Amino acid sequence: MLSLITFLPLLGVGAILLTRQFAGPLQEDRDGAARWIALCTTLAVFALSILLVVRFRPSQSGFQFTEEAAWFAGLNYRMGVDGISVLFVLLTAFLMPLCVVASWRSITTRVVEYMIAFLILESLVIGVFCALDLIVFYLFFEGQLIPMFLIIGIWGGANKVYAAFKFFLYTLLGSVLMLAAILAMIGIAHTSSIPALMAYKFSPGSQTWLWLAFFASFAVKLPMWPVHTWLPDAHVEAPTAGSVILAGILLKMGGYGFLRFSLPMFPNASLAFTPLIFALSVIAIIYTSLVAFRQTDMKKLIAYSSVAHMGFVTLGIFSGNLLGEQGAIFQMLSHGVISGALFLCVGVVYDRMHTREIAFYGGIVNRMPIYAAVFLLFTMGNVGLPGTSGFVGEITSLTGTYGASTWSALFAATGVILSAVYALTLYRNVVFGELNNPALAAIGDLERREALIFAPLIIATLVIGLQPGLVFHITEASAQHLVTAYHAATGR
Amino acid sequence: MTFSASFLLAGPEVILAVSALALLVWGAFARTAGVVFIGASVAALVAAAAVAVLGPHGRAFDGGLIADQAATFAKVAIYLASAAAIPLGQRWFARRGIERFEYPILVVLAALGMGMMVAAGDLISLYVSLELQSLALYVLAAFRRDDEKSSEAGLKYFVLGALSSGLLLYGSSLIYGFAGSTHFDVIARAAASGAGPGVLFGLVFLICGLAFKVSAAPFHMWTPDVYEGAPTPVVGFFAGAPKLAAMVLLARVLMEGFGGAVDQWRQVLIALALISVAVGAFAGLAQRNLKRLWAYSSIANIGYALVGLAAGGTAGVQSMLLFMILYVIDVTGFFACLAALSRDGRPMETFDDFAGLMRERPRLCLAMTAFCLSAIGLPPFSGFWGKVFVFKAAIAAGFAPAAVVALVGSVVAAFYYLRLIKIMWFDPPPGQTDTPPREAVAVTYASALFAFPAVMIALIALYPWARDAAAALVLR
Repeated sequence: MLSLITFLPLLGVGAILLTRQFAGPLQEDRDGAARWIALCTTLAVFALSILLVVRFRPSQSGFQFTEEAAWFAGLNYRMGVDGISVLFVLLTAFLMPLCVVASWRSITTRVVEYMIAFLILESLVIGVFCALDLIVFYLFFEGQLIPMFLIIGIWGGANKVYAAFKFFLYTLLGSVLMLAAILAMIGIAHTSSIPALMAYKFSPGSQTWLWLAFFASFAVKLPMWPVHTWLPDAHVEAPTAGSVILAGILLKMGGYGFLRFSLPMFPNASLAFTPLIFALSVIAIIYTSLVAFRQTDMKKLIAYSSVAHMGFVTLGIFSGNLLGEQGAIFQMLSHGVISGALFLCVGVVYDRMHTREIAFYGGIVNRMPIYAAVFLLFTMGNVGLPGTSGFVGEITSLTGTYGASTWSALFAATGVILSAVYALTLYRNVVFGELNNPALAAIGDLERREALIFAPLIIATLVIGLQPGLVFHITEASAQHLVTAYHAATGR
Repeated sequence: MTFSASFLLAGPEVILAVSALALLVWGAFARTAGVVFIGASVAALVAAAAVAVLGPHGRAFDGGLIADQAATFAKVAIYLASAAAIPLGQRWFARRGIERFEYPILVVLAALGMGMMVAAGDLISLYVSLELQSLALYVLAAFRRDDEKSSEAGLKYFVLGALSSGLLLYGSSLIYGFAGSTHFDVIARAAASGAGPGVLFGLVFLICGLAFKVSAAPFHMWTPDVYEGAPTPVVGFFAGAPKLAAMVLLARVLMEGFGGAVDQWRQVLIALALISVAVGAFAGLAQRNLKRLWAYSSIANIGYALVGLAAGGTAGVQSMLLFMILYVIDVTGFFACLAALSRDGRPMETFDDFAGLMRERPRLCLAMTAFCLSAIGLPPFSGFWGKVFVFKAAIAAGFAPAAVVALVGSVVAAFYYLRLIKIMWFDPPPGQTDTPPREAVAVTYASALFAFPAVMIALIALYPWARDAAAALVLR
């Protein structure tokens, strides 16, 4: 089941390549075929992942749907999901069809390659969340640099080459340190199985180094202050769908890594480094919120706000209590939906006007009322308005943090206010006011295709915002298991 | 062991020596190398590889030549890589009107030398085989004798190679003088019973001489110039198989002859490895010519292989063997691709020549991209697996800091591989490329498909085979 979900997109790639051979001589026919195949494949993956979540038994804390096959060099191909990872699979499968639809018109050059890159990316991302073997995990984790590099570099904006290189090299540097740690762990524990390593007790001395190496990778990926600087560049230059994937899913791999590796495998080191994490998170929340406020580019503003929101995630993860973990997972899922939607909102006006300058816009509520309403909803979600999913994520992760460190929670809470400051300013400047710019006079409201993209995102934001239990129910057993093991190991 | 039984053990060498001589006579009368001639030389190499696999194991000629699992493993790779080089090179020369029948013969002779290198059991056969291989390669480097750069490459290669041979010979004589024998096993006993610093002194010279041959920094100076000047398919040949042969030879000397002195030579190897990685990564950044770039890339790669060898033990040697095999296939494919591409008859050698390759020759560009990603060490390409084995062995042996330094070096090197990918994928093409020749394209595709995805299946068989080969070197 998991292998099918993971590798189904690759079948789609094969189908695209095949039709390229047989499709008509017209480039448009081939492009159209590639679009439809990519859409069908991603929808099929989404259907399968819904089936996965439905058949998932939330009461069990262990891994389910496990698959195992011997490989070479003592490695095994192991797959499986637990309460922490299963929803990320769903999130990925949920966002991917939307990305394909969002790129339907805006990508006109090298469409076939674009769709292939996206399908490969989907396969690799789902693999990351399902892998239960260190090397297999690294394979997927690192492999997605390639399609992402190409997506930013080929279909990106003006400064795309710089952004693509920065993204690639930053991430690679973090990752090779993690690779060294992975190899060291295999050397120490003589296994590369993630469940076995979660039960293995590393000596406190080695834990420190291993934790730092993993931290290097996940902190860049998440990203945490001060290694976040690749993110605004990558976001701004990437095509809209690329930004959605980057913010919606790729960043979550950092948080997922902390939950899957740092906390259960190196509990003593995690506890020892908690003050560092809290300090960096609080700085990230306050500093990047202030930076976001001063941005003149819409995408950049949302990118910085992503960094700030990821600060809540790290706070929640390292609080070491059930509320914190649950909140962190929820915040990641909710941010995946909301930030993805916000980038799509920017994409809508960018497709029409080809600029992301905030100053260019203003008063578009007069021309695009439906768009204004949609944008408002997601802005409110970003701010954390009760009723949206953003609120639940922030309140639970902050409550969890409060249990671990009062001061951190206190400072972090100012981030909620700051997020309202920058997000509402953005909204006012873009949407409200007089329609002064003559170029905007002819701007049209959402098309049916765009409305179709936003509808599922709106539903998702409101449903898990009003019924957070749906998510907590699935994550609870695994999160509880994680917290219990963490407390037992650290003796807290 | 009788003399005639020794010849049985030396089956592959006999086949190659006899066929080289026969081909020489044939060529002298035929004057040109037709398809049959090329086919015969390739067949000789393939036959030698088959005999190496099927033949008996043992020590021939009073221990001078060893036929064991390690020799077999390396020989198969060397002979097959040489066999691929013959049609590649001959057709390339033919297109430039400088086709000569000597080329296949020189490759066969070089392969004979390399096969003997990996089987050398004493200092005499070490030196003789190394010289046989080197002399053939010097001539190959200067094969375009009307071309200034090619002649320069040949001369440079020869002068610096002769210097390294001198070092090697001096080291060998020191070892012989202090240990009292040229046989590795006797040397090992002498070294273990405290033969004094003279033997170690000789060993350092020996390592330096071999470091020249594998182009490990700081003995790498000849590499970029020779790679740039020599004919492209020839570079593809001597960037691959001879390095594997020299690494196996180094492993055999160190493991069989100086297994007891591991703490002494290990530091030398680590130093060589880290300097190589650093030089390969940083000096590569400044290159514009792809052949020069790949020279630095090969320096860095030898650095990684040396990290594996320095780790020692079966795991370390095994990782080095696997790394080198995967590297040989990669580099063969890369230079085959380089040999396949030209624009208006002019070979494409600089970064700018490759602009927009994705739009013009998407399949060759994908192959090239696979080689670049493999060289970065990105999963799931073959280079990643090579690095995984090497660094796993190094970390397990307690060299975590060295492994981390080498890994960070690979991130620096990633920049120039990425630049090539960027130019191929993002930039617009300046003009049409010529129709690529079939044989070069075939080798390119085969290597690229090996780099991914075939490697993930091939390793299931390669991994235990390399382990047996390493065990043959280490336990004796």
